[in-house]
Amino acid sequence: MNAGSGEYLIEAHNLVRQFGSRRERVTAVDDISFGIREGEVVCLVGESGCGKTTTGKMIAGLLKPTSGQVFYMGKSVWNAKGDKGEDFKTYRLGVQIIHQDPYASLNPSHTIYKIISAPLLHHKLAANTQEALDRVIELLTIVGLSPVEDFLYKYPHQLSGGQRQRVSVARALTVNPRFIVADEAVSMVDVSIRVGLLNMMANLKRDLGVTYLFITHDLAVAKFFAWEGRIAVMYVGSIVEFASTPQLINAPLHPYSKALLAAVPEADPELTRHKQRVELRSQDIPSLLALPGGCRFHPRCPYFEPGLCDVKRPALLPAGENRYVACHIAAREVGTQA
Amino acid sequence: MKKPQTTQQMGTQVPLTVEDLWVEYQIERGVVKAVRGVSFNLAKGESLALIGESGCGKTTLGVALIRLLVKAARIPKGEITYWRDNQGLDVLSLKESELRRFRWRECAMVFQSALNAFNPVLRIWDQILDTSKAHGGMSRHQVRERAMQLLEYVQLDPRRVIDAYPHELSGGMRQRVLLAMSLLLDPQILILDEPTTALDILTQRTIIDLLRRLKEEMGFAMLFISHDLATAAELADRVATMYAGSIVEMGPVEDIFYRPAHPYTLGLIRAVPTVTGDFENLASIPGAPPDLVDPPPGCKFHPRCPYVTEQCRVKEPQLETHYSETHSVACFNVKRVQQDTLDLQERYAKYAGGKAQ
Repeated sequence: MNAGSGEYLIEAHNLVRQFGSRRERVTAVDDISFGIREGEVVCLVGESGCGKTTTGKMIAGLLKPTSGQVFYMGKSVWNAKGDKGEDFKTYRLGVQIIHQDPYASLNPSHTIYKIISAPLLHHKLAANTQEALDRVIELLTIVGLSPVEDFLYKYPHQLSGGQRQRVSVARALTVNPRFIVADEAVSMVDVSIRVGLLNMMANLKRDLGVTYLFITHDLAVAKFFAWEGRIAVMYVGSIVEFASTPQLINAPLHPYSKALLAAVPEADPELTRHKQRVELRSQDIPSLLALPGGCRFHPRCPYFEPGLCDVKRPALLPAGENRYVACHIAAREVGTQA
Repeated sequence: MKKPQTTQQMGTQVPLTVEDLWVEYQIERGVVKAVRGVSFNLAKGESLALIGESGCGKTTLGVALIRLLVKAARIPKGEITYWRDNQGLDVLSLKESELRRFRWRECAMVFQSALNAFNPVLRIWDQILDTSKAHGGMSRHQVRERAMQLLEYVQLDPRRVIDAYPHELSGGMRQRVLLAMSLLLDPQILILDEPTTALDILTQRTIIDLLRRLKEEMGFAMLFISHDLATAAELADRVATMYAGSIVEMGPVEDIFYRPAHPYTLGLIRAVPTVTGDFENLASIPGAPPDLVDPPPGCKFHPRCPYVTEQCRVKEPQLETHYSETHSVACFNVKRVQQDTLDLQERYAKYAGGKAQ
């Protein structure tokens, strides 16, 4: 079993995840590999069903890969037998996940104090209830729920979506994680307060050194949150492009990334009504049960070359400094071998 | 078809007028004032976007327009009038049996969750037929023909789709089927509640382009309800910003996006990151929307407003025209708000300059 390179805080090696019965299997995540350095923000973007949440769950240890490895601090999370490795507990405390729906992820019958103090007491991170209370107050302050007294003994239903999501973040922080998987963490929050929530999460990176895997379908949010980090674009189970955020947003290489960026409606009438479009050959996302051969994007791709794209599946290959693309055409243009 | 209930004359082509409409919900804690004194007109061929955050009353308003409100809701005051051939139809006085004929024929509504709007055990064709039986008066053959045309119009393969079950279609396809169905009885007005919200980017683009084409080619009036400013920027001729049950600003789309005059409209524009723009001036609106059972006195936005003055705390500003006859705003501090929109105005000037060249 190969070990992680140590360069990264968390690494995915050839992750595959299948679902379904023996008769009918779908591959939700199909052989993806990437690494995230300590203190870095990596965004996974893509449309629904592309496997981004499944990837996030495998990275957070909530879902076991069908094959492939996850390494946390250079150590494999699952052992050779596919069971939880020796350091599983360190890993699970070090990696936390924030879910999309703040209305479903908090126990409605517990007060905010109870929700946040439970992991503190369970993991013996607080010796007694007084210590737990002090820590809860500290955490609520960090996530911007102040004055703290207004929130401590409230129930989730008494809070707004944005406030609930802040509680979710505070709960994730109880175990001092080094790594947070945020799965569509702001999608269900009202637009007027999204930026505030994102700024708070960015401050955790600055102040506590938290590393992020940030999963979103919203390219503008990805751009805002990961401007100093990287974006991976996923399409039906694979990463098709991986680049620094400014590169990806300003000069995307993969036709799918280009199509996404050109299609995004923007809150600026003149700009959005006169944007250059990328015309796709088909509107249909392929079914995971009947994936096209060759490049999976070829039935929709405007740059499709018969005899190449429908025959050979492009690998994710380097295309310049710190950037990767899985496309025959783009690779030829930037002059790398596909 | 029934004779219209009232016979007021109306010269211009305005298929819908709403006058001082109030909607309340009775709940245990008290009365939720979900819509508070809303007035607007919808002109033929125009698209009006109602924007605002969850709980601002925009969906309640939309549902009230076709009188599909839940039992706990009541309309204590207001007028909703649909106009056809210069004859007004007073919607609030319609009986249940009359309502059924009015809905879908005069005004069709496409709901937010395209995924749940269908009966899962009926084929698309049966659902279309049901709709036409309930609201219309076409023969089976006519319905089939019209349905096939409309499905093709929304860029679906009619033969494949018409005999499919809803689960066999993707979210974007279902949304398109719903659109086709809403057009079945040739309504004058289409109300769309969050038409693109649950959809992926590329599907969203398809729907937006389709809606634009529908509007241009079929010429009916559209009312969009959305929390998404981008959809409004794409499709609206006019935009109305709603806050705490009231329209706080309404005007042509350019006025709203490039020189908003209400602090809440400006706040919303500043709160949305864009793919193309920079992050300068990006900021959340502090606080949360008010409790509509016990709203604050004065301007309902004042607890969150950076421009608040003493007057705002005691008196609620009313909509007054500004810039032009078609633009109105409910705020005491318009001048100060305007000064903070110079960057947006500059951006617009740049676009206008680009076009002139």
